[in-house]
Amino acid sequence: MTHPQTLAQKLIARAAGRPHVAVGEVVTCDVDLAMFHDSSGPRRLKPMLGELGADIWDKNKVVLVLDHYVPAQDADAQKIIQITRDTAKQWQLPHVIDSEGICHVVLPERGHLKPGMFCVGGDSHSPTGGAFGCYMFGIGATEMLGVCVTGQIWVQVPRTLRMHWSGRLQHGVSAKDMMLHMIGRFGMNGGQYQAVEFSGSAVHALSMAERMTLSNMSAEMGAQAGLIAADATTLNHLRSIGVSPEQLEGAGQWFTDDDAEFEQHLFDASRLSPQVAAPHSPANTRDVADFSDIQPTIAYIGACTGAKLEDLRAAASVLKGQRVAAGVQLMVAPASAREQAQATQEGVMQILQDAGATILPNSCGACAGYGATFPEGATVISSTARNFKGRMGPASVNVYLASPYTVAASALRGRISDAREVLA
Amino acid sequence: MNPRNFSNARVWRVGADVDTDALAPGAYMKHGLEVIGWHCLEAVRSDFASGVREGDVLVAGANFGIGSSREQAAGVLRHLGLAAVIAPSYSGLYFRNAFNLGLLLLTCPEADKIQEGERVALHFEGDTPQVIRVNGERLACAAIPGFLMDMVDAGGLLPLLKNRKQG
Repeated sequence: MTHPQTLAQKLIARAAGRPHVAVGEVVTCDVDLAMFHDSSGPRRLKPMLGELGADIWDKNKVVLVLDHYVPAQDADAQKIIQITRDTAKQWQLPHVIDSEGICHVVLPERGHLKPGMFCVGGDSHSPTGGAFGCYMFGIGATEMLGVCVTGQIWVQVPRTLRMHWSGRLQHGVSAKDMMLHMIGRFGMNGGQYQAVEFSGSAVHALSMAERMTLSNMSAEMGAQAGLIAADATTLNHLRSIGVSPEQLEGAGQWFTDDDAEFEQHLFDASRLSPQVAAPHSPANTRDVADFSDIQPTIAYIGACTGAKLEDLRAAASVLKGQRVAAGVQLMVAPASAREQAQATQEGVMQILQDAGATILPNSCGACAGYGATFPEGATVISSTARNFKGRMGPASVNVYLASPYTVAASALRGRISDAREVLA
Repeated sequence: MNPRNFSNARVWRVGADVDTDALAPGAYMKHGLEVIGWHCLEAVRSDFASGVREGDVLVAGANFGIGSSREQAAGVLRHLGLAAVIAPSYSGLYFRNAFNLGLLLLTCPEADKIQEGERVALHFEGDTPQVIRVNGERLACAAIPGFLMDMVDAGGLLPLLKNRKQG
């Protein structure tokens, strides 16, 4: 008897050492990789490991990223960074990425994620790893302690909600718009902590960076994981960053069987307009045209969601040879140092600076709300993932979420604008 | 206190979609639970942090705990002495964090019936909790698997792992 399975089931079954798993059952999985950062990592894990008298199960499977509190804004942040660095030395962690970018971007950038893996991250945007065909999800620091001690974690095998996008996105419309549209339709808990899988011609046409945006914001849909089956784009990308052919063997087996059970929702990418989520929820989404009377004081391009190389290129394509409107402050916090270096080489950073952008460090920055945030009363158009009241500054700050194209077009015109008009 | 049973617990009501950033505001995440506790839910209802007492319960609308993985958003409610949270649904990530920290979450489809300031009791029928209102009405909640209740009984995953090591 054959057991048709979804991609999520196949990934979990492998990690659980089982030929197949059934939706709804609780299984224990071996963790292939655990990622944590300066906020959720050593400062919380070290005292708990000490209390247990335990060690990390396999240091080679751990990646530590310093991205939330760097660069230090005050003495408290400096203390957290120091604890993190001292602990990394003491534990002799082989994989530490310090002040070089945001965890969800630098982790795949260094080739840590390969199709078929089962991974956890000490951050809610960990579903980003799903873009590489990994089952990856976010957990809290105490649960990370459990992983560090045992190398295992429980998971309830999820149903799969397949988001099938036919057609092709118009120029100036991006993965961020697809995601805001889906979150608006299904709500912030519409994913019901199940697995979301993205498929269809519009998804296959996306670059890895764009796919990462889909998987990343699966978190805002309340899904546990946001998966995309590996294809030629995935494998070519991984080879280009130095992943060996041996490590990619068998990558083709990680897909949803045609006769597996899943819930499917159909979308036409060709008809999608740029989307904007109004304060104070990512689910508060409508077409960009509905917001043309909103005049942002700050245009922010940042975060793992919205400041990857491709996001910077998108903003530059809108702003090339122009300056932002009077009264708008454009801020750009590139998601990683490597991507910023590439953007510099391509002239993208120069275009952004010539347009009036202030360039900020390669860290979570204002998106996490842990350090420097936006001032009282600011109206912000932002390429980040969350616009909760009080997250990115005082409760008086109003944040509109949009794609980097839309953020750039809005900065240029001084009101929330459709980038397709600028690019045409 | 037996975490499986309480009675005469005072109710604090909040709405739907309460996020982690409201429970544990980012600006205070550098600090421990005591400081975070002073600011817990200040953007939602400013009388909560100063007024909440040991043994109270928080009754919320759907999607409680959406947002970040920061477990302080669950830890702070235990720190403030809450006996349980009662809501129709939770963020899945928050749900895991809460039990890992020994905070009891009751998934109660009819939670919206419960009023601000009312007193409620908790009773378990096997692994299925029921919230009992003063008028005697019993509100059924989703069953909680034994391995999650083990964490509530132990006070969280850390004490549970410690007990197992010593056991």
